[in-house]
Amino acid sequence: MSATVPPIKPTEAKKTSSALGQALLVPILAVVTGLIIGAIVIVVSGASVAKAYGALFVGSFGNPLDFFAALKTLFASGDSAALIKAIYPFTESLVTATPYIFAGLSVAVGFRCGLFNIGAEGQFFVGALCSAFVGYSLQGLPMLIHLPLALLGGALGGGIWGMIPGYLKARFGAHEVVNTIMMNWIAFKLSDWLLNGPMKASGFRPVTPNIQASAELPRFFSDPLRFNLGFFLALLFAYLVYWFLFKTTLGFEIRSVGANPDAAKYAGMNIIKNFVLVMAISGGLAGLAGSAQVLGVDHWVGQGFSAGYGFDAIALALLGKSHPLGVVLAALLFGFLRSGATNMQSMAGIPIDIISIIQGLVIVFIAAPDIIRWLYRIRSLKAEETVLTRGWGK
Amino acid sequence: MKKFYSILAILVIASMALTACGGTAATPAPATEAAAAKLKVGEVTDMGGIDDKSFNAGAYAGVEKAVAELGVDGKYLESTQQSDYAKNIQQLVTEKTDLIVTVGFLLGVDTAKAAKANPDTKFAIVDYAYPDCGPDGKEGETCGSASEIPNVLGLTFQTNEAAFLAGYAAAASTTTGKVATFGGINIPTVTIFMEGFEAGVKYYNAQKGTSVEVLGWDSAAKDGSFTGNFDSTDDGRSFAESFVQEGADIIMPVAGPVGLGSAAYCQESKACKIIGVDVDWTVSASEYKDVILTSVLKNVNVAVFDTIKAAQDGSFKGGMYVGTLSNGGLGLADVAGASDELKGELETVKKGIIDGSISVK
Repeated sequence: MSATVPPIKPTEAKKTSSALGQALLVPILAVVTGLIIGAIVIVVSGASVAKAYGALFVGSFGNPLDFFAALKTLFASGDSAALIKAIYPFTESLVTATPYIFAGLSVAVGFRCGLFNIGAEGQFFVGALCSAFVGYSLQGLPMLIHLPLALLGGALGGGIWGMIPGYLKARFGAHEVVNTIMMNWIAFKLSDWLLNGPMKASGFRPVTPNIQASAELPRFFSDPLRFNLGFFLALLFAYLVYWFLFKTTLGFEIRSVGANPDAAKYAGMNIIKNFVLVMAISGGLAGLAGSAQVLGVDHWVGQGFSAGYGFDAIALALLGKSHPLGVVLAALLFGFLRSGATNMQSMAGIPIDIISIIQGLVIVFIAAPDIIRWLYRIRSLKAEETVLTRGWGK
Repeated sequence: MKKFYSILAILVIASMALTACGGTAATPAPATEAAAAKLKVGEVTDMGGIDDKSFNAGAYAGVEKAVAELGVDGKYLESTQQSDYAKNIQQLVTEKTDLIVTVGFLLGVDTAKAAKANPDTKFAIVDYAYPDCGPDGKEGETCGSASEIPNVLGLTFQTNEAAFLAGYAAAASTTTGKVATFGGINIPTVTIFMEGFEAGVKYYNAQKGTSVEVLGWDSAAKDGSFTGNFDSTDDGRSFAESFVQEGADIIMPVAGPVGLGSAAYCQESKACKIIGVDVDWTVSASEYKDVILTSVLKNVNVAVFDTIKAAQDGSFKGGMYVGTLSNGGLGLADVAGASDELKGELETVKKGIIDGSISVK
């Protein structure tokens, strides 16, 4: 160490590192504890934990042995078929994580402004339907125009769906929790109607037509690998959200309103504008989650398009402490769990519901960190608590 | 103290892993030996899940019967969203499953794709068959295949035959002179129930000189009442309520679990009876036993079991299986409180349908 650098006071250094340590420690321990209790459930149901979690690992990351064997084949004979097979599970996990990242960011942005967006699921549907519509109805456009338009359609659709409860809250004080739930039901019923009526493809199946090839998010490998540009787009948006929240004046205003709306008002910030803006951004991100799913993976929308990404997103935002980086990590965790569950269900005969149990436990431990602190005897730091959402009225 | 707990946690995991390993290590030799000979069967459900009390459950009942009686290996994979279809099929293909049974028209495109990419794997799809491409269908996108696929057997049902019997029984049992039906979505596998039901009522009228009315379906217009989904029991309740207000006292909901909402309404109001579909509802929804008049049985389990049997003895062929009253693919459950006279009539009508002397159209 050079002499010109002023020495850091040991107590200070310890304080910051332990604060960061604890910020990470509780979520990690929550996940570990969730897995342990999940293991107990597996044992009680009479299956083998090693077989189940082994299958879960292979299902989400792939078999490392297969991977190295495939690499050898590639170098020896130039045959990449085995390698593509070996990376299939890993890429599928990233595919599953993609809508989770967008949807998690959506709820996280809301939390930062003290707003609880339960409507991500509805915004997800509206976004997916708008993207699908732009994707199949416009024809003959080059990809460079068509794909961005389809994404924009999804973001706008979801954004408007989120903005309505935001406006109702700002203008009339109607609580966003109630209104986003209402908007969810409107979205579900609307999609029922659209899929059986105006947006129905020819034939009897109640699904939209397939989108044009020019609106598809490009895939990096051939079938059955579905890994596509959407994942990197999700990472880009995570960075943009980070930059917006922490590096811009508007982002500062949003966080100020979230921390203390009265103080923010006295400081001359426009609360109404911020509520509407945040709900629009939040809805737009949830809409993009739907866009990424339809443009990158499914290419058509039918009933049961989502397995509840918008609701899982609430857990992701909590797990990620409403920080974009945390949300990305949480989304990857959920993506790998969900994707690996298929293999676990098949190889070990464990119902995929076990993953929901583990996810549920993780959420409980995150929502009530004192359980984890008590379990593992971690002393509580007087760190500032993020206000996630406010009660009625304010 | 903190250290103690973390060590304890690690020990707990380690011990679980070890005991688990011990458990699996005990039986590897016979398992691998038997696996070489055993036929591997896998089912991929649609979003209804394995306990939908309808065709997913029916198909798995067939698989379970085959496991017990034919000694095959059977398993299922549940789909929770549409992107799971291709993934679950791929999972079974990777495991070198011999026969993959997919359930429902929503898996039509993905099943065709996988079947074409893996011509050595046998496939069966419930309630669907190929070719399925209309004049403007795009293969692999809006439909599965423009031609028959040699390694896929479509399991379809001439359901109007059994629904015809249900319509006859309903017309004989109504006291208000009005019976009703509604569907989930206006698709052929649903409307075929409603068509047969209406035809059965009309046949009863022609035979007996009565004028029992059918609400909720109009064969001439090919349209009727639909909830637009297969999951909202609330819709089932409100549809039943409005049919009762219009004077109907027997309702046949063709919308999977939606019908349970109708059954709940009938039980509370005591104003109507329900005709179950797909499976015997006095068994699958026994809590509503007292309001179930009868059930239209679509024996998916029989079709799936027969398919597995054919795959095992080498007689499996692609194409189309059609379940009818005569081959046991269809049936009508016992009619609650039916007189011997009605029972006899139903038997006669059934014979008539089988020998072709009664048209169910």
